[in-house]
Amino acid sequence: MEMLPFILATVFTAATPLLIAALGEHVTERAGVLNLGVEGMMIVGAATGFAAAVLTDSSVFGILAGALAGMALSAVFALMVLVFATNQVATGLALTIMGLGLAGLIGQGFVGQPRAAIPPVKIPLLSEIPVLGKAIFTGDFVFFLSLALIAFVAWGLNRTRFGLLLRAVGESHGSAHALGLPVKRIRLVAILFGGLLAGLAGAYLSLIYTRFWSPGMSAGRGWIALALVVFAGGHVWRLVLGAYLFGGITVAQLHAQAGAIGLPSQFLSALPYLMTIAALLFLSISGRKGAGAAGSLGQPFVPER
Amino acid sequence: MSFNLALVPRREVSLLRQVLTPVLALVVALLIGGLIVWMMGRSPAKAFDVFLREPLTDPWALQEVLLKSTPLMLISIGLIFCFRANRWNIGAEGQFLLGGMFGGGVAIATHGLSGPWILPLMMLAGALGGMLYAAIPAALRNRFGISEILTSLMLVYVAELLLDYLVRGPWRDPKGFNFPQSVPFTDAAQLQPLFEGGRLHAGFVLALLAVLVAILVFRRSLFGFAVKASGEAPRAANFAGFNEKRITLVVFLISGGLAGLAGMIEVSGQVGQLRPGFGQGLGFTAIIVAFLGRLSPVGAMLSSFVIAVLLIGAESAQVSLKLPFDLTRFFMGLLLIAVLAGESLNRYRLEFRKETA
Repeated sequence: MEMLPFILATVFTAATPLLIAALGEHVTERAGVLNLGVEGMMIVGAATGFAAAVLTDSSVFGILAGALAGMALSAVFALMVLVFATNQVATGLALTIMGLGLAGLIGQGFVGQPRAAIPPVKIPLLSEIPVLGKAIFTGDFVFFLSLALIAFVAWGLNRTRFGLLLRAVGESHGSAHALGLPVKRIRLVAILFGGLLAGLAGAYLSLIYTRFWSPGMSAGRGWIALALVVFAGGHVWRLVLGAYLFGGITVAQLHAQAGAIGLPSQFLSALPYLMTIAALLFLSISGRKGAGAAGSLGQPFVPER
Repeated sequence: MSFNLALVPRREVSLLRQVLTPVLALVVALLIGGLIVWMMGRSPAKAFDVFLREPLTDPWALQEVLLKSTPLMLISIGLIFCFRANRWNIGAEGQFLLGGMFGGGVAIATHGLSGPWILPLMMLAGALGGMLYAAIPAALRNRFGISEILTSLMLVYVAELLLDYLVRGPWRDPKGFNFPQSVPFTDAAQLQPLFEGGRLHAGFVLALLAVLVAILVFRRSLFGFAVKASGEAPRAANFAGFNEKRITLVVFLISGGLAGLAGMIEVSGQVGQLRPGFGQGLGFTAIIVAFLGRLSPVGAMLSSFVIAVLLIGAESAQVSLKLPFDLTRFFMGLLLIAVLAGESLNRYRLEFRKETA
């Protein structure tokens, strides 16, 4: 029982970057844009965040810089798909390839440098509750920020006028355009928001989760975040559930490796990727696709005059 | 950002424009790349010399270029079938690795034996490995409607871990001082040089053959037409009686098989044993090759050479200019972006408008 709050806390730490990146991509995809560059934006956020934190000796500033770096990369994507109407799948892939290289260049001088932990935030009174107090109400500030982001995205998409417009644009850009909605402008906001969150998720990885920078450290998390968005099928709560489930699998797999249960470690390391496929399969078999993808997802938008 | 830029479709795209677009994209990407080299405090002139001139003028390096272009050509030819059909196999890297493991597995199993049948058997095994691995995302898409993009990509990570397991576990060379690598292949399991003292092997000829077959399939066969139709007008293709699911499966099998064959050729002809990291990201680079070649077989062949020149240049730039390989990776992404923008300007004219669109 003494281990439980500790284990729960590590589950939340492992899940938070997935959750943040997936929330961002969820908004982007609701607006009808498929950005496969999450992995690239995430790792650039991780490298930039770490480098900025070391240079300014402020982890908070590093996290901010990481988020902005992710957004900067998403601006390139926005320019391509909104102005040039390029193929979104190929452009997203290009963003990921470019991001992996760029992150390597940025992080070059920072490999192996350690970084101190950010002091945890304790919610007064609530953090005194046994088990849950230590697991949920004591954490880094980005963890609490991610909780606020869940609420913000759910509220913003479902309860605000802008959210309604954003979903309308995603569902049918042709109709939205005919109604006089600024399709490209709304999509620009959604893409930049997705980039900001992917960068934030990356900075969380290098500054809070591992607390060092190593090349390729995002290790497919951006792709898992993309799968989580599919898994969510348009519902934010399912996205949150999926992210914490994946955090749980990641931590369980690490414990199993440490506990040497006889399986080769590579098989356990492959679990998150196999589980991603299994989750998509389960979704399809159970027929719980939810609202599904936005109607105009991934299609280039070239308005007629 | 203001949006008073509008895209106006072009009625006709001249052949000259079609040919010049990728060239122009390459030039733009090279200029931006040069700017970054300059920002990193190195001489761009020296970098161009190492990246572009040396691999093309030095006879030894020229052979390396052809060797490097071999897997790129094979994989990208396969990917063209997928991308033309608007199916997104982005896991060629995994299929490449599986091909290497299947082919390498045959080499390990027949270790110590000799005979002219070993290499063909390895090739068959390699192609089969890639095909089986590519069949997974295709089947998941056909049977369960799961996006092939994510599944094919996830399987790349699984393939890397499988290779890692094999060379550290059951296939580790007992005399290899605990290094994670298999036994070195015997001569019977290695593609031999085509001419005395050289390094170029039959894999390159096979790659050229694949280009030729692809040209014929796209120009002359009903299947080639079905692939294009399915990608450009899926509804019309359906009405024409082309089976959508069968096309998905076949294009995945073609690209998986060619990537697997490329993996076997890399392991047998270049590395000479199984070891982690023999993939080198070539399966991803081949995606860029396919787009730079405008998804045509001849284009893919030409851009395989161009990208191979850059990769060989990058290897020597790491030593002579201390330019990290990440710069090349960044450049590759940049190049793909430039190519995509060029494609768009091929199809549309950019027009400035007063009001917002």
